[in-house]
Amino acid sequence: MRRPRISWSTRSGRALVYQAAFLAILVLAGWALWRNTVHNLAARQIRSGFRFLDQRAGFDIGEGPVPYTPDATYLRAFAAGVANTLRVSLLGILLATPLGTLIGLGRLSRNLLVRALSAAWVEVLRNVPLVIQLFAWYLVLTELLPDPASPLALAPHAFLSKAGLQVPLPLWQAGGLVLERPEVGTFGVTGGLALTPEFLALLLGLVTATSASIAEIVRSGVLAISKGQTEAALALGLSRAKVVRRVVLPQALRVIVPPLTSQFLNLTKNSSLAVAIGYPDVVSIANTAINQNGQALECILIIMSVYLTINLVTAVAMGWYNRHVALVER
Amino acid sequence: MSEALSAAVREPPPPDGGAVAWLRRNLFSSVPSALATLLLVAGLAWLLPRALDWLALRAVFRPDYDACRALEHRAACWGFVAEKHRLVLFGRYPYSEQWRPLVATLLFVGALAASAHPRAWRRWLLAAWAPVLAAFFLLLRGGALGLSPVDPAEWGGLPLTVVLTAVVVAASIPVGVVLALGRRSAMPLVRGLTTLYIELVRGVPLITVLFVASFLFPLLLPQGLKLDALARVALAMTFFQAAYMAEVVRGGLQALSRGQGEAAEALGLSWWRIQRRVILPQALVLVIPAFVNSLLSTFLDTSLVTVVSIYDLTGALRLALGDPRWREFFLEGYLFVGTLYFACSLAMSRYSHWLERRLARWART
Repeated sequence: MRRPRISWSTRSGRALVYQAAFLAILVLAGWALWRNTVHNLAARQIRSGFRFLDQRAGFDIGEGPVPYTPDATYLRAFAAGVANTLRVSLLGILLATPLGTLIGLGRLSRNLLVRALSAAWVEVLRNVPLVIQLFAWYLVLTELLPDPASPLALAPHAFLSKAGLQVPLPLWQAGGLVLERPEVGTFGVTGGLALTPEFLALLLGLVTATSASIAEIVRSGVLAISKGQTEAALALGLSRAKVVRRVVLPQALRVIVPPLTSQFLNLTKNSSLAVAIGYPDVVSIANTAINQNGQALECILIIMSVYLTINLVTAVAMGWYNRHVALVER
Repeated sequence: MSEALSAAVREPPPPDGGAVAWLRRNLFSSVPSALATLLLVAGLAWLLPRALDWLALRAVFRPDYDACRALEHRAACWGFVAEKHRLVLFGRYPYSEQWRPLVATLLFVGALAASAHPRAWRRWLLAAWAPVLAAFFLLLRGGALGLSPVDPAEWGGLPLTVVLTAVVVAASIPVGVVLALGRRSAMPLVRGLTTLYIELVRGVPLITVLFVASFLFPLLLPQGLKLDALARVALAMTFFQAAYMAEVVRGGLQALSRGQGEAAEALGLSWWRIQRRVILPQALVLVIPAFVNSLLSTFLDTSLVTVVSIYDLTGALRLALGDPRWREFFLEGYLFVGTLYFACSLAMSRYSHWLERRLARWART
């Protein structure tokens, strides 16, 4: 066998030359950008490297499951940010999926009013920018609701006010489960589980907007199932609800799961809009850190790696689920 | 015999038409359906008169602050929009010169509408766009023909949204085509690196890319070379959108049968000629509706630039709401701007659907 020669006259030879040239251009461009960056960093007296993560952050974070004080390190601040991103995204996915499914099925309803209202929901939410929706939700929650001293009682011990939503919090105390109930005092509501208006606005915005996209996916998934399946099931005497639950949805899931995965990732990525309304997700934390120490490159790398890790984990998990619902062919 | 006779004289079934049958079919087909109808009708009967009252009948349309305050939010104060519409629509563009962005935007939208019909898709169309774009930027930028120069930092509002959307979509299509071809290349290095780029960009939120534009680009550029904030954001959004465009184009490339490329190769055409003359013309026509959808999503995405302090339509509204006197009428402001976005976006998505059906018909014949 002849060794491939590096020559312009063969296709493989040309391919090698092209690739070498491509690589050379990339390396040169990368080197030039790197040199500029080092130069600029020195000129602006910005340090580089990830050592800043061990230093005191010095800014406060309003909420989150990770215990945090301004004396904690940047590393802990970023951890708190990631926890906040995951918290709002997971809860958002859990709420948006059933809502979207319901609206998607509503668009296929035989009832004209249900069909029209579901269509209106989808069109309005899909054709207005999410940023606008978030700003509007946030202002509604912080301006139109009553003051914390006289909150709206949604249920006994569940209060909604400008300060957010307070609900009873189950606690494990003295060997038993107790509910810590929020109470109304002179200075607002205390105790229980407090959800800030920032969190609520982001959650509401993400859930409603994503539900519209999920509705479209569910609708096209159901439409992809041939009419004969429904007719055959009805002919067997199954009720309409049972036909949907037992015949149509299990088959539609195969069409629905892949695009649904990308909607889950979209919701997670869209949670980065938190920075616009001041919810301390990982992007907001990075934004604050950049404003404090100017280490933009490192902070942007942190954000990107967080999102890429979330993508990877979700892709693996949904891939497993997809194989689970996929048709087992003989 | 008698049974057959009685069957023959039985009444015919009621005709399947008329208002009652329509109602039964669409609103009362079953007990749950009837219940849903009654519930929704009751809800709408409660809501619609109140909404109409709030939105129009009792609303104040004059830019009269005291009249608006007297409403105490029991009705809409469109006076906010009347008072601030120039700021919302044109941002901080010099007040006396605001006819220029208005004319530029109308010109642009008019040209867009004129080139929307497939009958206008001729070679001269691209050439016809050159003077339109030249006039557009000349009007906005000034500095010639007796127009006073206006710095891009002062651009704002709807024209900024339009210019950003147009530039990003127009520039991201060629970059996306190159990326898509790279992803299907037989050369492993080219294929690997373009795939890596596309997947990386699609994996991160747009806002990180905007951070790169506003924080990182100044560090990457050689000293002395400065790009203004708008150009940096447009550049970053272009490279972001290009990754999505690449996937759109790849969809079109995959829809073509292999025989097209193989036949062209058998004729002895070079790779570049095959792509330029055979593959791309067919693939790109297939994905025109998807391009319109990209235009739509870019249009909605531009609203994010307000986070990095560029005053597009969304940012200009927030500028207007910065006035503490009028701030409480934010709902009216967001309804106004939201309706603007909604109308443009809905028009684009309807157009995309129409185009898709038309092109499908064209492909069959």
